[in-house]
Amino acid sequence: MRIGPDEPCVPGLLSAYPSLAARLPGAALPWLRRRRDAAIERLAARGLPTTRDEDWKYTSVAAIARRAFGVECEAVALDEVRAMVQRHAIGGTRRLVFVDGRLVAGLSDAGRLPAGARVESLATIADEGGGDAEEWFADGADGADGFGLANEALWRDGAWIDLAPGVELDAPVHLLFVTTRSDLAVFPRNLIRVGAGARATVIEHHVGPDGAGYLSDTVTRIVLGRGARIAHTKLQQEGRKGFHVADVAAEQGQDSAFVSHAFAFGGQLARAAIATRLGAEGCEARLSGLYVGSARQHIDHHTCIDHARPRGTSRELYKGVLDEAARAVFNGRVIVRPDAQRSDALQSNRNLLLSEEAEVDTKPQLEIWADDVKCAHGATVGQLDADQLHYLRARGIGESDARALLIRAFAADALAGIEHGPLRARLESLLPGALPEAV
Amino acid sequence: MGKRSVQLDELISQEYRHGFYTPLDVDAVPRGLSEDVIRLISAKKQEPAFMLEWRLKAFRHWLTMTEPRWATVRHPPIDYQDIVYYSAPRAKTDGPKSLDEVDPELLRTYEKLGVPLAERELLAGVAVDAVFDSVSVATTFKEKLGAMGIIFCSFSEAVQNHPDLVQEYLGSVVPYTDNFFATLNSAVFSDGSFCYIPPGVRCPMELSTYFRINAKNTGQFERTLIIADRGAYVSYLEGCTAPMRDENQLHAAVVELIAREGAEIKYSTVQNWYPGDKDGKGGIYNFVTKRGDCREANSKISWTQVETGSAITWKYPSVILRGDNSVGEFHSVALTNHWQQADTGTKMIHVGRNTRSTILSKGISAGHGSNAYRGLVKVAKSAAGARNYTQCDSLLLGDRCAAHTFPYIEVKNPTARVEHEASTSRIGEDQLFYCQSRGISAEDAVSLIVSGFCKEVFRQLPMEFAVEAQKLLGVSLEGSIG
Amino acid sequence: MLEIRNLHATVDDKPILRGVDLDVRAGEVHAIMGPNGSGKSTLAHVLAGREGYVVTQGEIRYLGRDLLALAPEDRAREGIFLAFQYPVEIPGVANIYLLKAALNALRRHRGEAELDAVDFLSLVKAKLRLMEMDEALLYRAVNEGFSGGEKKRNEVLQMAVLEPRLAILDETDSGLDIDALKVVAKGVNAMRSAARAMILVTHYQRLLDHIRPDRVHVLAQGRIALSGGPELAQELESRGYGWVEAEARQPQAGVAGGQA
Repeated sequence: MRIGPDEPCVPGLLSAYPSLAARLPGAALPWLRRRRDAAIERLAARGLPTTRDEDWKYTSVAAIARRAFGVECEAVALDEVRAMVQRHAIGGTRRLVFVDGRLVAGLSDAGRLPAGARVESLATIADEGGGDAEEWFADGADGADGFGLANEALWRDGAWIDLAPGVELDAPVHLLFVTTRSDLAVFPRNLIRVGAGARATVIEHHVGPDGAGYLSDTVTRIVLGRGARIAHTKLQQEGRKGFHVADVAAEQGQDSAFVSHAFAFGGQLARAAIATRLGAEGCEARLSGLYVGSARQHIDHHTCIDHARPRGTSRELYKGVLDEAARAVFNGRVIVRPDAQRSDALQSNRNLLLSEEAEVDTKPQLEIWADDVKCAHGATVGQLDADQLHYLRARGIGESDARALLIRAFAADALAGIEHGPLRARLESLLPGALPEAV
Repeated sequence: MGKRSVQLDELISQEYRHGFYTPLDVDAVPRGLSEDVIRLISAKKQEPAFMLEWRLKAFRHWLTMTEPRWATVRHPPIDYQDIVYYSAPRAKTDGPKSLDEVDPELLRTYEKLGVPLAERELLAGVAVDAVFDSVSVATTFKEKLGAMGIIFCSFSEAVQNHPDLVQEYLGSVVPYTDNFFATLNSAVFSDGSFCYIPPGVRCPMELSTYFRINAKNTGQFERTLIIADRGAYVSYLEGCTAPMRDENQLHAAVVELIAREGAEIKYSTVQNWYPGDKDGKGGIYNFVTKRGDCREANSKISWTQVETGSAITWKYPSVILRGDNSVGEFHSVALTNHWQQADTGTKMIHVGRNTRSTILSKGISAGHGSNAYRGLVKVAKSAAGARNYTQCDSLLLGDRCAAHTFPYIEVKNPTARVEHEASTSRIGEDQLFYCQSRGISAEDAVSLIVSGFCKEVFRQLPMEFAVEAQKLLGVSLEGSIG
Repeated sequence: MLEIRNLHATVDDKPILRGVDLDVRAGEVHAIMGPNGSGKSTLAHVLAGREGYVVTQGEIRYLGRDLLALAPEDRAREGIFLAFQYPVEIPGVANIYLLKAALNALRRHRGEAELDAVDFLSLVKAKLRLMEMDEALLYRAVNEGFSGGEKKRNEVLQMAVLEPRLAILDETDSGLDIDALKVVAKGVNAMRSAARAMILVTHYQRLLDHIRPDRVHVLAQGRIALSGGPELAQELESRGYGWVEAEARQPQAGVAGGQA
């Protein structure tokens, strides 16, 4: 679908910017203002991506482009928000709640933090002068698409997590992003720095009411020092009419570990780009994902694992369950750069189609520029296994129960490695299919 | 490790074996491309009006197109006005009536290439429609095949003698609007092969064509059209070598296959055009559009290719599985060394019910060679019960080569089952060591392992071709693959 | 308990069973033997209700009811158990979960209360000991990564837990070493009772050294060519199947000739 220049989305954002710019966080910082201005200019020139861009070949954002979104947050109904926060809270976590793109301190509780750990609002950091963050506060974004540019220009808040070397956060940080209103665009931006040997678990959780047609355009940047480890879980439960476009990118230091889980359940159009660069020797990256679609949902995952230096290991498993007229896109890119000898990369994407109308487009791709490597990938699309179904029925389990059980078993794989009990329990409650009777 | 690399370098840097040039009298059209040039080509070939019209439509469409940029290949810009679009060996009369009339220089060329054209080749069971530059000069076996109703001739002859068949099928698989290179071919193609197998006939011999690029700066625009009517069977071999030249030469062929109900077409290619020298100078640009159409039920088309030549290979032999229960296969070995680039693969388009496809791709990269598999498996909503299995393996020899895999999988029917597997690895140290500890030299061991890596594909080739394919791999890897 | 009359069945439109007749009464153990391709496994699959096995003629009555009208799960709930020749791997579903889900489906069907976790576990553990199986196998995914012998034992374990009325063991002896064979035979023998019938489908006589059948039938050319007592198995062991097949072919040739 072509996106004409007169579609209202981008012009709306462009025209909102001049009056907004002075009120955005860090407006007093010249370097930050320059970045925002530059991003707006590039957004004006580039617009939103189209299906002629290889990265967006299977995902048309015409439905987003056609809408005019406001960027000003108005007053919210606090009771409704409270109820929503309560419903989505995850036990045993440090919680930051962002409503319509901005931190609400009264709903947040980061708990007592160990020395050397900061978990704050990015807006606060920017207004305080940005600390030492200039060089990694925002990426150069030359390659960013329209969504990345819009976020860079218009972000108002997000989480700032900074762990000094050796600091270990005992409880996960739960970043809960609640969007409440239709026709609103929010641009959360999260910056996470994990110092040498430090460890953290971060849950990035996006929710919204089912009836609202809003846009959540988020960017998360993660920097891992030597020997650092992060477990990043992205839990996307946007409302059924919401639009979600996310970009998570990690840069890994030597011997660091990036563990990413991506769960996508909501949204009418949801796209997540998750990338990591194994930028020093001996890095480990583990990416897993589960997308579950029904109705007319369109769910797109683009992952990129870039083995830039030797001795990196990556493991990736993405699974999809598509019902009704849902459509999923998976594009998994694994790059092994010329210097990255002794890289070891495995990637797998498996899809289950449950209905006549469901669709999957998958493209696992390998780009190998070094010779001493072990790389393999695989992709499958299919139905439930007829032999397994028969076996269960031959043991007396009814057909619909047997189906539900097999769907559940297929999806449950994606939970491997989720360590935090309450998070695991929450995810289990969201899995498709069912366990017909508890053991 | 260091020692082994040196040996590898030596054996992957062997020079192209078929590099020689035959000075011949050439009857060429002026350089460049315009409607006048197309009219001239059509007139020289005394084509009926529908052909000229088709060419002109293609040319006008081509003017609106731009070169594709998505492949992972790089080359300096091609000046399409600096190409001679038609050249033919000068005819002594209206055309040679027998081998005696063929330019002896040309015959010697074939001899050097080992093309089985003379009487003794009759015994080898190969009918050859040899394309020297752009025009067919000799065809054997025609009478024997003719008795069975099989038409096997040059495209030009088919246009003259079977215009109805040409008009019915030309462009029915690869329309003139298809892509930049296919459209160019449609406008200017000079000759090629034509083959029609009538209903129920099994072609008793492998049909074969040897292509050869010779005249300086002559783009080669062959067009091949093969039709297997109901229940027919044909196995077709295409082999290529080209003499060494300094300047890059463009080759943009189109092959169209049509299999009707219950018919089967096997199309095998050994491509060994000049790859350029070890510094990446020269070499053929091979931009080919090959597509088969399993038009009716229970038909089968299989492509087997061994691609060792050309500076750049850009080809995706594809099958449209339209008929119910039809079968598509693609078996490929692509080897790139020095500075060669290959972006090759296939498209399997499942439209009919219970259609099946198999893709087996083996890529070997050496030196600075870059090898990309690019494939599409598409299951349309109508293709209930479709099955695809894809396996892509890459073998890396040397630390400056590259291997890429870009499989596109699009599934719109839940009863489809699609599986894709790919792996990339370098030649195994332990395998090499094992061979060496059994007294096999390093280079023989590499040959052995590479040839084992490709075995499943070679098995698909007709016997004499399999032997040649092994030899061609040897050109790059070692002289005596055993 | 089981009456099979003139059963014809096809697989992929190929006729495999061509008129099988068989009666099995409660308390009996029947062995069905025959060369490869004679239709033994097809018979087992037809009894279990596997999709793709099409009955074209004849009938099967089980406890007086039309078995062919029942879905696979309903046959299981009515007490039919098939030990698969190739037990299916089901990643992500714990072995113990399958056992409990199956047992409770059965009990609900019979109007019995579901077993609580404690009772269930003690039941399963007792059967585990009988089958000399490691408890760890309960918590692994169904058959996933099990050795051939473990899979077969797991089948008999399920049978022991589910206590079927009619058990069909499809080549349960194939791929077992002698020790595993003895364990499996012990498990099966422990289940013999006056209320239960068993059908052992096997190619070799060696299983019958350990489980003595009441009747032996030889399937050839898709029908039962020969029936006898346990001594028939011995005879097959020494003489092979060739002579039975030859005899089976003759009457058919006669029929074909008559039609022509």
